Amino acid sequence: MPDLSFVFAQSISGLTAAMFLFLIASGLSLIFGVLRVLNFAHGTFYMLGAYSAYQVVQWLGTGPVSFWIAALGAALGVALLGGIIERFLFQRLYGKEELYQLLFTYALVLILGDVAKIIWGTQQKSISRPPGLTGAMSVLGATIPYYNLFIILLGPAIALGFWFALQRTRVGRFIRAAALDRETLGALGVNVNALYTGVFVLASFLGGLGGALITPMRAIVPGMDTEVIVEAFVVVVIGGLGSFWGTFLGALIYGQVLSFGILFFPRFSIFSIFALMAAVLIIRPWGLLGRPLK
Amino acid sequence: MTATSRKIPWALMVFVAALFVPAAGSRYYTFLANDVIIWALFATSLNLLVGYTGLVSFGHAAYFGIGAYATGILMKKVGVSFLLAFPAAGIIAGLFALVFGFFCVRLTRIYFAMLTLAFAQIVWAICFKWNEVTGGEQGMPEIPYPDFGWVDRVAAFLPFLGGYRTAEHFYFVTLVLVAACFVLLRRVVGSPFGRMLATIRENPERAEFIGVNVRRYELAAFVLAGGFAGLAGGLFGIFNRGVFPDFAYWTKSSEVLIMTLLGGMGAFFGPALGAAVLIWLNQQIVSYTEYWPLVLGTILVVLLFVFPGGIAGTLMALRQRVRRGPARA
Repeated sequence: MPDLSFVFAQSISGLTAAMFLFLIASGLSLIFGVLRVLNFAHGTFYMLGAYSAYQVVQWLGTGPVSFWIAALGAALGVALLGGIIERFLFQRLYGKEELYQLLFTYALVLILGDVAKIIWGTQQKSISRPPGLTGAMSVLGATIPYYNLFIILLGPAIALGFWFALQRTRVGRFIRAAALDRETLGALGVNVNALYTGVFVLASFLGGLGGALITPMRAIVPGMDTEVIVEAFVVVVIGGLGSFWGTFLGALIYGQVLSFGILFFPRFSIFSIFALMAAVLIIRPWGLLGRPLK
Repeated sequence: MTATSRKIPWALMVFVAALFVPAAGSRYYTFLANDVIIWALFATSLNLLVGYTGLVSFGHAAYFGIGAYATGILMKKVGVSFLLAFPAAGIIAGLFALVFGFFCVRLTRIYFAMLTLAFAQIVWAICFKWNEVTGGEQGMPEIPYPDFGWVDRVAAFLPFLGGYRTAEHFYFVTLVLVAACFVLLRRVVGSPFGRMLATIRENPERAEFIGVNVRRYELAAFVLAGGFAGLAGGLFGIFNRGVFPDFAYWTKSSEVLIMTLLGGMGAFFGPALGAAVLIWLNQQIVSYTEYWPLVLGTILVVLLFVFPGGIAGTLMALRQRVRRGPARA
């Protein structure tokens, strides 16, 4: 039996991974919930967020706030790109077959992935931790970097902010209504197209932010896009696509299963994740906290 | 359809022409043609689902991969002959398709696509991690060719069979087997069963009303498509001289979807045409630039926005316009 400090360290590392995944998967889930599209390009937005943050840090140098400016700037840049793509291309595919929408998002994966290679090359890049969060603290004999703590706190903060926006604001009500019945909402005089663009922008922002914030912990490499989209996909399928708290729960489960799976069955931790997903899909195809669709 | 009397047997002509590729072309062209033939079968099997039944599978690579591993393991580790290992690829892939499809056909549209993708990722994860059986991340190199010793014995009587290399023998085997698969698939599509699939694609509710068990038909189509994808995978593993986990990765599933769409889902040979065009283009372009995905993505966007019917759909529309003569203004 592994000792307590080790178990604690594992669960913290699982929690950190979970909060990152939540940031990214919530964007994927939001787009699916409202637009009913599985956006493969979401992983690409995440990768572009990481590269853009790297680029801005290169420009600004290592000042006390340059990392935070880079992270925010990268997320905003990716959000803008998402908005442009939705407004000028994706919007023309609404009402067409799912196949076309799916393949369009895949085309974005191919194109933007190569564009990133052209701009930043194939050498792996990295960013050091922002000043102030470089240290670590010791809890129950386990060493926890401050940056991980920051991410663990940021995840729930964004979740709560999001939940509040969806429940309490006017736009949030429209978004929830659009997820249920877009025709009726349009007939009531709401500009559904603008709403969709807004949702896409917001989701891209979350993807880009996730990518930018992960740079101090993971190397930036080509291929990080197709890898993360599969992880985010598993999270939202387990939690329930389009369900906000489902995504949160899915991310928590994913993080813990992965970090303890590595402990107990080192070679099959990935497999245990996919097996869990299959079990959920078979028993509750709409996910743990999702709602069945007619 | 007044023109049926002078219908040209294109498929037969292509088949006969393909028989002369090794004699007429170089080693390289034989290699390319072999690649095209296998992918043509893979894409056509997918079209049975996407084009004929209206089920968008985003995990079709799973069955291709299962077939490849089945043949590879049987031939390399168990030492079974190709005569048994090849049909085994189809049967095993078909059985997996039966199990996975059972759950998939319960869902509709985008949920169907996602569940097929999820199952395909499970298959990929198993292939990627189960070192003892699949070779894990490193895959399984050096899958043996089928035994072609008999060809030399036969060549003593039929001299035109002699003088080919093993890779060319395998090319002929692939060509004949895939042609046979195409004949079978064509039969399926033209049968009352195939017509019922089209009915389900056009209007599943109505099909249900007239007493058709829609799920059972969809499952049957899923199993058939998976089985033929498995056969394609079995051939590809040998052709590729190795089986690797990325055969079942989700990007492979989207590649074959792109082929199907590029060729045209509305025509039986559309996906095969798409496979040929895409593989040829790939060969042309990779000699100029390493950014093939960029080109492929751009082709895909143009296809989606400008030519959603694919090559076959566009050609058919053009032919109709020519037949009708110049448009009356």
